[in-house]
Parts: sequence; structure tokens; C-alpha cells
Amino acid sequence: MGDNAQTTFLDEVAALPACDKINQCIQCGVCSGSCTTAMHWEYPPRKVIAMVRSGLKDELLKSNSIWFCVSCYLCTTRCPLDIKPASIVHGLESIALKEGYKPPTTTTTMYRTFSESIVNNGRIYEFGFMFKYYLQTNPLAALKMLPTALKLLVHRRLPLTPKRVKGKADLRIIIDKLSAGVGK
Amino acid sequence: MRYYAYYPGCSMEATGLPVEKSIKAIAKPLDLEFIELEDWTCCGSSPFAGVDKSKAIGITARTLAQAEKTGLDLVTPCSSCYTILQEANDLLKEDHKLAERVREALSAIGLSYNGTVKVRHIVEVLFNDVGPAGLAAKVVRPLTGLKAACYAGCQQVRPSYGFDDSEYPDWLDQMAQSLGAEPVNFPLKARCCGSSLVISESDVALDLIHRLLQNAQDNGAQCIVSTTCPLCFTALDVYQPVVNGMFKKKFNLPVLAITQMIAIALGLDIKASALDGNVVSPQKLLKPFLTSKPQADKAETPA
Repeated sequence: MGDNAQTTFLDEVAALPACDKINQCIQCGVCSGSCTTAMHWEYPPRKVIAMVRSGLKDELLKSNSIWFCVSCYLCTTRCPLDIKPASIVHGLESIALKEGYKPPTTTTTMYRTFSESIVNNGRIYEFGFMFKYYLQTNPLAALKMLPTALKLLVHRRLPLTPKRVKGKADLRIIIDKLSAGVGK
Repeated sequence: MRYYAYYPGCSMEATGLPVEKSIKAIAKPLDLEFIELEDWTCCGSSPFAGVDKSKAIGITARTLAQAEKTGLDLVTPCSSCYTILQEANDLLKEDHKLAERVREALSAIGLSYNGTVKVRHIVEVLFNDVGPAGLAAKVVRPLTGLKAACYAGCQQVRPSYGFDDSEYPDWLDQMAQSLGAEPVNFPLKARCCGSSLVISESDVALDLIHRLLQNAQDNGAQCIVSTTCPLCFTALDVYQPVVNGMFKKKFNLPVLAITQMIAIALGLDIKASALDGNVVSPQKLLKPFLTSKPQADKAETPA
């Protein structure tokens, strides 16, 4: 999980797309007050930003914070300085995943299986990615979901085979091309 | 006839199918034609951006480049796709380093993007290009007295792309009203359904869905009229029985996508409106309207 010696945690975050205004934050707390799921975060959004600026990388990325973001954009729409807290949170997620942090949530596995589904099929294969997610986390939890899955099947809303599209080859090329020098 | 490039998004081929069918059914009667992008691929949605934002923008750019070739506005019914496409479109103009890398990646697959595409949400198209008055003029089966809580959700109105009000939107209410329905006050109409966490943190998501259903019911709604977003629609409809089990409630609030509601008011049948795809059946609630005779003078040819 080593930091690059020349680059601070703050630099690393600020270099990600749509995260460059983090230095303008005035710590007013509108983001934390607006956040739909703040009660579940170990450190709510305002503190997340303060921790990035203080270099508390391990403490932050080992916590469950950021993984409860539901992308509702209340923070982003209301932020008086337009710093885009939701983009910063998603940027932090990508750092945590890349550097192998293990926060106490299975949302990390959901993100991975979801993204793999895109790369493998070109489009999300809902049944397949959910199946893989449950297999990798808690297969017993899948049993709890069975009645819901059956309802979807009965109403013809859960195709059991992926719709693979030719464009998936394009996606692989795009991803390969953008793999060099991740971040910027 | 108005023409649009159409990007349904992945969920519209699965959990969102009833919404997708109703969109296809109302297009022609409203003089709209949605031309689906050929061989489109996933926008990446929030999870892919959480894994790698630059790559996520790269795959979204493929869709923008495909749409640019058509010269038409790019319309999507999914609020998540809408936000992802809008953000990529903005970032490719603002972040020159990123734009350059994406340009190289696109050229490797024989595409280019010059930033000219206008990304639009289908609800915004219905409101601005057809409009409440335009809808009212085509109503043959007014939904008189139907009390509806109109749900916009998050990403249709946030972050703001000049679409309705980000705190208390009312475009869906205006359209529902033009169909004869009676929108009720619904304070949580733009609060999140939590659908992005419904798999991995289901208790958190179910808590949010519970609040929405309770709020709609407390305000006297007989049904929820939802945005076309397949994620919002599925959260409120498919997960309603799960919420009932978890919170010991007896919600029975049919969830109609605005496009399903328009289909009924236009005189289309249950199949065309895709009402048979809803888990919480709206058929009993809508029976008085579905059995009423369409007003002959405005009736469309049957679908």
C-alpha cells in the first residue's frame, strides 16, 4: 500500500478526474448534512475530505466510509464551492481497490463483479453478475433473494443468458489503451 | 415526427423491461421515433467509475461517438446512464489531458468524438418536446381522480443538468396531471431509492425504499408514478414485498412508470402498457379506467 515518495495522498486524489477542487473545500458540512447514508459512514463526507487533506490514508481507506455512497448527488448539487464530493468519494474507491485495501463491506466485490460483467459481455448481465457476487461473498444470502429472483423470472424481467454484443471487443481495446499511467 | 438516437441501457433489457415496452408503445402515438444505437455497450454506471474513472469515461465515450455519427440528440430512459453520459460529455470538454487519452483510445476502434452530442433524459424529452398540453390533447382515457405520488429519484435531477428542480421537482406531477391524475404532495420525491446498494448492503437500501413507500402512503397516494429509470422502478416495485416482510408492513402501492401511465391514458391495452410486468399489480386499481370506453373522437388506431 506504499505511497509514492514524491506524491502525497492529497496530490494522488486531486489528480483523479473531477477531483481537482478538493483544496477549495471550506469544511462547511453541507455534504455530511445532506448525505443519504451518512449515519452508516465511520467518517462522513466532510471528514473524508479533511482526512484526505491531512494524509490519513490508511485510516480512511480501511474504514467503511465511501462505500455507502449511493450516488444521489445531494452533496454535489448543494456544495457551495462545487468541489464534487461524490466524484472524490468514487475516486477514493478506485484508489482503495487498486491498492488492495480491505474495508469491511462486500460492496467492493459487487463493484468488481459488476465491472467484470461489462468487460466480459459488453453489457451488464444482471443475473450473471449477481450470481458471481453471491458466490464470492455469501452464497447463503442468495437463498434470501430467491423469492425476489422468482418474481422477476415470472414477470420475464430476468434473462438467464447474457446478451453478448460485438462491441465488447471495442471496450477491451479502449480499456487497454487507457491502462497505461492510470489516474492521468 | 421527431427523431432521436436512443440508448436504453443494460437494465432495460432485464429488470426494466416493462418500462422499455411502454416507451416503445407510446413513441408512435406521440410522433416520436427512438432509433436505437447499433451494438451499443454499457455506460459503466457508478461501480465502473469506482474501479477506474478514466477507463469508465473511455467506455462511455464510445457511446457518445456512436451517437455523434447520427447527428441526433442522444436520449436515455435510465437516470444512471443519463448522469454518466452527461458527466463524461462535460469532462471530455474540461479535462484536456483525459480527453487526449480518450481520443487515442477511440481512434484505435475507428471512432472519434468532437463533443457535439446533446444528452437528454426521456422524461425531459416528454416534458419539453411533447409537453403536458401535448399529452392532454391525446388523452382518450383520462385517469380522473387517481391519486399519484410522483417519484423523480436522484440522478434525473442531480447533479443538475438544467432539468427540473433538484430539490422538489414537479415535471412528472405536471405530466400526471395532464393525464387526469391527481398528484399528491410527496416530500421524498427526489430522495434516493438506494438501488446501487440493494445487492451488497441490502438493509441500507431497503430502509430507504421503506421510507419512500411510507411517505407516499402517508400522503394519500394510491400509486407511485415513477421516472423511467429502471433502477428506481425496480426498487419500488420488485422490492416492495421484501420491505413488507422486513418492516412488517402491508404496502400495496402499484408503481407505474410515467410511460406506462401515458400508455394507459392514450388508450393502449394492458399488454402494450406492459402492466403485466409489474410485480405489484396495478390492474385492480386501474380497472375502472381500463374497462372504460376510450373517447372515440381522439382514439388512436389500436396497438
